[in-house]
Amino acid sequence: MVPVKKPSARALALGLIPFIAMCFSVALWDRVYPMLFGIPFNLFWLICWIVLSALCMRAAYRMESAREKTDSETQ
Amino acid sequence: MSPTTVALTMIFAIVFIGATIGMLAGARRKMDLEQWTVGGRGFGAVLMYLLMAGETYTTFAFLGASGWAYSRGGPTLYVMAYLTLAYVVSFFILPQIWEVGRKYGMQTQSDFFSVRYGNRYLAGFVCIVGIASFIPYLQLQLTGLGIIVSIASFGGIGRTPAMVISVILLAAFVFASGIRAVAWVSVLKDVLMVLAAAAIGIGIPHIYFGGIGPMFAALAHAHPAHLTMPGATADLGHTWYVSTVLLTALGFYMWPHQFSATFTAKSSDTLRRNAVAMPLYTLTLAFILFAGFTAVLVVPGLANGDLALLTVVRQSFPPWFLGLVGGAGALTAMVPASIFILSAATLFAKNLYRPIFAPAMTDEQVAKLARVMVVVIGIVSLCLAIYTSTTLVSLLLIGYAGVSQFFPGVLLGLYWKRVTTAAVFAGMIAGVATTIFLMLSHRDPWRGWSAGFVALILNFLITILISLLTQPSQQGEARGAHARA
Repeated sequence: MVPVKKPSARALALGLIPFIAMCFSVALWDRVYPMLFGIPFNLFWLICWIVLSALCMRAAYRMESAREKTDSETQ
Repeated sequence: MSPTTVALTMIFAIVFIGATIGMLAGARRKMDLEQWTVGGRGFGAVLMYLLMAGETYTTFAFLGASGWAYSRGGPTLYVMAYLTLAYVVSFFILPQIWEVGRKYGMQTQSDFFSVRYGNRYLAGFVCIVGIASFIPYLQLQLTGLGIIVSIASFGGIGRTPAMVISVILLAAFVFASGIRAVAWVSVLKDVLMVLAAAAIGIGIPHIYFGGIGPMFAALAHAHPAHLTMPGATADLGHTWYVSTVLLTALGFYMWPHQFSATFTAKSSDTLRRNAVAMPLYTLTLAFILFAGFTAVLVVPGLANGDLALLTVVRQSFPPWFLGLVGGAGALTAMVPASIFILSAATLFAKNLYRPIFAPAMTDEQVAKLARVMVVVIGIVSLCLAIYTSTTLVSLLLIGYAGVSQFFPGVLLGLYWKRVTTAAVFAGMIAGVATTIFLMLSHRDPWRGWSAGFVALILNFLITILISLLTQPSQQGEARGAHARA
C-alpha cells in the first residue's frame, strides 16, 4: 500500500495534551469542590477541556496544513 | 386536543418530515454502488460534520448517558472524555485512511484489510466481527426508539408498532438514497437534538431548584459520593476510567460505519477540519448529564435508569414539548440504525458474498444485492428487537470491545511497513477471544481494568511480536488490488 504521510511530532505532541488532561490525570481533578459556576469541579474541568482540546487540534491543523503547503511547493 | 393527540401529532410530523428528507436526498442522482455507499466521495465539511454527529449521538447518548448519571453518577463522565479524545485520534488516522481509500477505491472497512493485507479470510473475519457487533447495537437503537416513542406519546402508541413503522421508513430511505439519506436526515435530527438537550438541561434544574448551581449543591449535599468516581458503583474507579476512555477513544472509528463514513469526505482536509470542530458537539452532552443528575433528586428509585430522562421530562413539560423530544428521540435512533443497516448490507454483499460465493459479480449486482439486504437486515433486527430484550447493554459492550480489536491492524497497517498478515490475524483473534471470555465470565472490569482494554493491549503485543518474527509479504498489495479489480 502507498506509504502514507506520517503526522509531525509536534502535531502528535499537541494531540497528547487532551489525553493527559482528560484521561491520565483523572485522579487529580475528580472532585466535587471547588464548584465553579455551580458545576462540580470534575464536570467543569471536562467541559473546559472539550473547548481547549478543540484549540489544541486547531493548532495541530495549522501546523499540518502549513507542512502540506511547503511539501507541495518543494515537489 | 388530548395530551396524547398533541404529542403523537408532533412525533409523527417530525418522523415523516425526516423520512421525506431522506427519500428526496438522492433523488436526482444515479444510485450506483459508489453513490449509495460513500456519496461519490463528495461531502463537504458541514455535511460531514452533521453525518458524523448523527452517527455518534445515538439513543445511547440520549438515554444511556443520562441513565448513567442517574444510576451510577461520576463514572458517566467518561462519555464526555472519550468522545472528545476519539476526535483527537481521528485527526491522526482518518485523513490517511481517506488517502488510501481514494487511491484503491475502498468503500468499506473490510476493503481496507483486503487491500492492505491481501488476505480474503482476514477481510472476511473483519467483516463477520463487524456485522456481529452491529446486531446488538442496532437492536439497542430500536428498543430505545420503542421506549422513547411510547413514553413520549403517553402510551398512545405501543413499542412494537413504533418500531415497525420506523424500520419501514428508514429501510425505505436507505434503499432509495443510501448514505446521502442518512446525512440529510442527520441535519434535521441534530438541530432538534441540540434544541431539546439545551431546553431539558437548563429547564429541568431551573423548574425544581431554580438553576443548575442550586441543583448540584443540593445533590452534593444529599449524596456526597454520587458526583465523583466510583459514584454509586463498586468498581468503576479511576483505573476503570482511564482504561475505558482509552479503549473507546481508540476503538471509536473502528466501528465499520464510522470507518466507511470517512470515505464520503471530499478531501483529507475536510476530515482534519472536522476533527478540530467535532469535540465542540460533545458540549451538548453536558446538558443531558445535567438532566440526569437532576432526576436523581426529582424521580428517585426508578428501577431502569434509562427511563430517568424521559420520566422527568414528562412530568415537567407540556405535551407538545414531550412530542418534540419524542420525535427528536425517534430520529436519534433512526439515523444510526439506518447507517448500521447500510454498512452491514454493503459489507455482506461486497466483502462476504462476492469474494466467497460469486467472484464474478459486477458492482451493479453487488449494489442490487446490498439493497435487498437492507430489507432483510431490517426485518431480522426488528424481530430481534421485538422478541428479545434482555441484557442488551452487555452485548453492546462486547460489540465495542470487539471492533476495537481492529485498531492495531489499522494503525500499524498505515504506519508500519513491517507488520504482517499473520501477526494481525493472530492478534485480532486473541483480542476478540480474550474480550468474549472476560466479558461472558463476568470479569469486566478485570482487576479494575476494562476487559476490552486488556484484550487490546494483548492484541498489540501479539501483533508486534509476531510481525518481528515473520517476513512481510510483498504480494499483499498486489493481490488485494487484483481482487478489487
